[in-house]
Amino acid sequence: MDITTDTQKPTPSPAPGPTGPGDQRAARGATRPGDRIFLGLSRGSGILVLVIMAAIAAFLTYRAILAISKDEANFFTTFEWNPSGVPAEFGIAVLAFGTIVSSIIAMVIAVPIAVGIALFITHYAPRRLGGPIAYVIDLLAAVPSIVYGLWGALVLVPHLNGLYGWLDQYLGWTGILEWNGGAPRSLFTVGILLAIMILPIITNVSREVFRQVPRMHEEAALALGATRWEVIRMSVIPFGRSGVISASMLGLGRALGETMAVAMVLSPTFDISPSLLDPGGGTFAQNIASKFNEATVMGQDALIASGLVLFVITLAVNGAARMIIARRKEYSGANA
Amino acid sequence: MSHATLTPKSRSSLRGATLPKWFPWAVAGGSVLLGLGISAAAGLHSSIQWALIAAVLFVAGSYGISARVEGVRQAKDRVATSMVWVAFLMALIPLLSLIWETVKQGVKVLDGYFLSHSMGVVADSEPGGGIYHAILGTLEQVGLATLFSVPIGVLTAIYLVEYGRGRLAKAVTFFVDVMTGIPSIVAGLFVLSLWVLILDMGPSGIAGSFALCILMIPVVVRSTEEMLKLVPNELREASLALGVPKWRTILKVVLPTSIGGIVTGVMLAVARITGETAPVLLLVWGTDFINANPFQDPQESLPMYIYLQYSAGSDPAYDRAWAAALTLIAFIMILNLAARGIARWKAPKTGR
Repeated sequence: MDITTDTQKPTPSPAPGPTGPGDQRAARGATRPGDRIFLGLSRGSGILVLVIMAAIAAFLTYRAILAISKDEANFFTTFEWNPSGVPAEFGIAVLAFGTIVSSIIAMVIAVPIAVGIALFITHYAPRRLGGPIAYVIDLLAAVPSIVYGLWGALVLVPHLNGLYGWLDQYLGWTGILEWNGGAPRSLFTVGILLAIMILPIITNVSREVFRQVPRMHEEAALALGATRWEVIRMSVIPFGRSGVISASMLGLGRALGETMAVAMVLSPTFDISPSLLDPGGGTFAQNIASKFNEATVMGQDALIASGLVLFVITLAVNGAARMIIARRKEYSGANA
Repeated sequence: MSHATLTPKSRSSLRGATLPKWFPWAVAGGSVLLGLGISAAAGLHSSIQWALIAAVLFVAGSYGISARVEGVRQAKDRVATSMVWVAFLMALIPLLSLIWETVKQGVKVLDGYFLSHSMGVVADSEPGGGIYHAILGTLEQVGLATLFSVPIGVLTAIYLVEYGRGRLAKAVTFFVDVMTGIPSIVAGLFVLSLWVLILDMGPSGIAGSFALCILMIPVVVRSTEEMLKLVPNELREASLALGVPKWRTILKVVLPTSIGGIVTGVMLAVARITGETAPVLLLVWGTDFINANPFQDPQESLPMYIYLQYSAGSDPAYDRAWAAALTLIAFIMILNLAARGIARWKAPKTGR
């Protein structure tokens, strides 16, 4: 594809026929009404996408400013959510804590296991097994979060009593894994559920990256007498590291914004407990979903303000993931 | 993989000692027995605990023996292999449990009656009722969202691939990427702030469709873009050389060539938004009654139904939630499988 466009660039043809995808001159030279209409429509759609994004940012910011200007407490440090009270007091400290902690737990659990599964599919599984497993994991990525939430609340939570007791017994002395015997609907459970939910997406992306490792690198390592593990450590992991990082960031973006599963599993409170196993805390998305029903207009504005913070955080995380992917593309283009 | 199977059976002087193939199985069997024995002796009842003990024994045992016979490097390789297997098996447990529980609990009340009745006069705590209104709402909301986002998404992709080469195209590409990562609840909040708080409209199916659009457009753009890029340039040039205008070339040559992939992308996008709950919760609210009009009054949708039944908290309601979850998963899986089928069947013809 590239070759044809390249060869035609030095000799621009006078005919209105454009040479390839995305030739600005040709597009401008279009004289037929059909061409103009079609270009207008497709460019209009592109602009519409920009308008939607701008509108999202503008409207959320506008409502958020309305809310924050009426907030009598510090928006970032207050441990309370009472936007309809007199005076209105609300802050996102608890939500930020809960969102970040549950996502970190999810990442700590999910990333090593996902990398393990990706390696299993590409390098360890018998070839006849690898394909179907990859296929099933692809399908699992499509299971809606509400189903994960239902499963988490009705199946996972009752099964976690044993694990909680064990953690409390042996690691309770650390303070952060102390358990007072309440229902295991804490940030820790949320982290486990989020880990299960983001496992398929991290696995899929990592698998694709591992599959692209140049065969030569692996064969060179094998020829030097490396064991399978040494091949992975010396050629697969270095090649795939940035891909795995960006896959993890994509998973993190999903974990940060996850709503229903968290709302169904967590029993929220508006304070921060030193122990991860005690019920308490909350996340941005969960708080919006569960507070929305009884919220007044002021309450909805406050929720929108917290949504804006979530929006900014996920944008930053996703942007970082995209940047890593983009940088990697240049790399792999160079040594492919 | 291949190097492992190529291991020659006869021992040559060039190779170190190797353990036989049945070695991992033997150690596994031994450690399971030992784990069971230790658990029984210590009076542990949890099956998870004895499995953990057995796993630790297996890793330690194979490392120890292998390090003695084959050397430390081979032993590390064995440990890594067992770690990868453990990661795989550990991940299988929750994922299989999810599917197993959904099917097992879901078939309890899933029948023709369940699919063809609403929750109209059924109390949360009693059995009966169904998901007809939810299916109706889901189909309408998703249908409307598809109707809006497919033209916008496909045209945007055409712009990016066929026309775009400037700052505008770069900006569109970037923001489509950004849009992919918007959490569904934020999309819901945006439409809420515009539709409900500023235009002062009540909850309705169409408001939910708008939010679903925001989630769907970037997926459609991405997949269509990929497919259009696969269309060989020779086809475009041949058509243009015959004097066909560019827009007809796109409509008659480029799109038909890539239509299979585009349909696949759209179906995957539909499958993704069908399961979205958060925007529906904010904008469509949910109801127990049949409301076939997506432009007025609250509607139900399948994910919303699951959430409401779960929140109701009685056993019959849980049964209904599972059955609805099974219906939802079945719908999404069928869409996914069909999309993949189409992708394989109508794969774009490349240059050769």
